[in-house]
Amino acid sequence: METLKAPETLKVRVWRGDAAGGEFAEYAVPARENQTVLDVVTEIQREIEPTLAYRFACRVGMCGSCAMEVNGRARWTCRTHVRRVARPGEVLELRPLANLPVIRDLATDMAPFFDKWARARGQFQPKDAGDGAVPDDFAVVPPESKARREADAGIECIGCGVCYASCDIVAWNPDYLGPAAMNRAWTLVNDVRDGARGARLEAVSGDAGCHSCHSTQSCTQHCPKNLDPSSAIAGLKRSLFWDSLLGRRG
Amino acid sequence: MSLDPRGRSHPTYIAFILHRVSGLLLALFLPLHFWALGQAIHGEAALEGFLRWADNPLLKAAEWALVVLLALHLAGGLRVMALEFLGWRARQKDMVAASLGLAFAAGVLFLLNVG
Amino acid sequence: MSRGAVHLWAAQRVTALFLGVAVAVHLVTIIIAVRGGLSAAEILGRTQGATAWFLFYCAFALAAGLHAAIGLRTIAAEWLGWRGRGFDLAWLGIGLLTGLFGVRAAWGLYVA
Ligand code: HEM
Ligand code: HEM
Ligand code: SF4
Ligand code: SF4
Ligand code: FES
Repeated sequence: METLKAPETLKVRVWRGDAAGGEFAEYAVPARENQTVLDVVTEIQREIEPTLAYRFACRVGMCGSCAMEVNGRARWTCRTHVRRVARPGEVLELRPLANLPVIRDLATDMAPFFDKWARARGQFQPKDAGDGAVPDDFAVVPPESKARREADAGIECIGCGVCYASCDIVAWNPDYLGPAAMNRAWTLVNDVRDGARGARLEAVSGDAGCHSCHSTQSCTQHCPKNLDPSSAIAGLKRSLFWDSLLGRRG
Repeated sequence: MSLDPRGRSHPTYIAFILHRVSGLLLALFLPLHFWALGQAIHGEAALEGFLRWADNPLLKAAEWALVVLLALHLAGGLRVMALEFLGWRARQKDMVAASLGLAFAAGVLFLLNVG
Repeated sequence: MSRGAVHLWAAQRVTALFLGVAVAVHLVTIIIAVRGGLSAAEILGRTQGATAWFLFYCAFALAAGLHAAIGLRTIAAEWLGWRGRGFDLAWLGIGLLTGLFGVRAAWGLYVA
């Protein structure tokens, strides 16, 4: 005789609230074979709780907008399969990204995160065309050069904030620029076409910058793009050390 | 301070905590150590008096712990500086393991000699 | 101004490099010294009038005092929120005093 297998359910605890505070709410959705965490959130919002706030755009790991705390660890939710983070029967626990102000439910205010990119001088400043003019010729940057490889290593950042939410120093020092902003700064320090090395190194030095990183490598461990901000920050420390020692800083 | 262990169980994070806790305890021990050794200023008898007072299983165990902490902190410090100055990237787990090994070795040697 | 913090960072690495050697020497000394128990006569036998050891312990004490105080400054800033110039100067003072306290002990072992 044939028995119809009842669909298993997935229990989900979702943090609901705003800047003033909040608490977990429990939901149950059907457990599916191939289900991402973002699918689960979307299902809850469509079928159970239309007022649930969260953020996503591309759904394919490119835009960096869907990060949340999934069972105690920051992740991109569109590329995280439920079965990779919760064993069968285990509860899925979702919170907004740590170290950022909550707007509502699972949506955080990313402004402090991006403000720090600006403070770390994350904008490219062309060497030969300071006033924004178009340079006469293309710059030739050999792909095998050391600087090029260092720059390439950090270029794929999608700005998801997972590293920022994973870093204790951000939590302990609100001024700390954080891994992503300094990963960006290191990329530009290694860009031979850039003309703002000195000012950029100045911007990332000191207690709010690279010198407060303790090489815990939580950022490197959790970056969904497999970047290595921790090593980038070590590179900034190294450059500052030798530049200061050899009198190369203004 | 809220530290969810679920995102903090990788070897390099544990290395950071061990380095910090060992450094903290060593820093607190330092003035005590200098005070004890400073007993020599009042002559050999004063120093001997302190050493005899410290000659009990509890303080021997504390001394052993400090030796292990010192070796642990040393190894952790070398790890941090290898990352910072030499730009090491790979083999992080190996480095953490080597640090633990060094501390363990120092502890065992100390124990063998105390006996 | 961030330069002060950068100098403290550099000072901690420079002292750490020296301490790396000193601590290795110290661990070996300790492991040899505790063989069969410690006595004041034994320790003083090594240190009394030994100028090289005296100078080594002076450098060791100052480096350790400074290094530890810079480390405590970081921990206090991150875990207790103690930040600012006043705290920085206080930590430098504490580091120096601890180091000098160690120099005093080394002196005692040298001349006792
Ligand atoms: C925080 C790190 C340190 C630890 C854990 C440590 C530990 C020890 C231990 C376990 C001993 C064995 C004798 C005893 O128990 O009194 C010892 C001896 C000694 N320590 Fe340290 N020590 C440290 C730092 C220093 C520093 C910075 C100095 C520099 C002045 C120093 C100077 C000495 C001297 C002179 C002795 C006697 C050595 C001998 O027997 O010849 N220690 N230390
Ligand atoms: C005399 C014994 C020593 C004492 C009392 C001591 C104490 C400390 C303290 C309290 C910290 C702060 C920890 C933190 O910020 O998490 C620290 C950090 C540090 N120590 Fe030591 N230390 C000693 C020896 C050494 C040695 C031998 C080395 C390496 C060869 C070393 C390397 C370091 C480094 C690199 C840091 C910076 C860690 C970071 O910023 O993440 N220390 N130390
Ligand atoms: S390595 Fe540095 S930046 Fe990365 S998480 Fe740890 S402290 Fe933060
Ligand atoms: S470095 Fe990695 S974790 Fe950090 S924002 Fe960029 S992609 Fe996200
Ligand atoms: S939705 Fe774009 S990265 Fe996840």
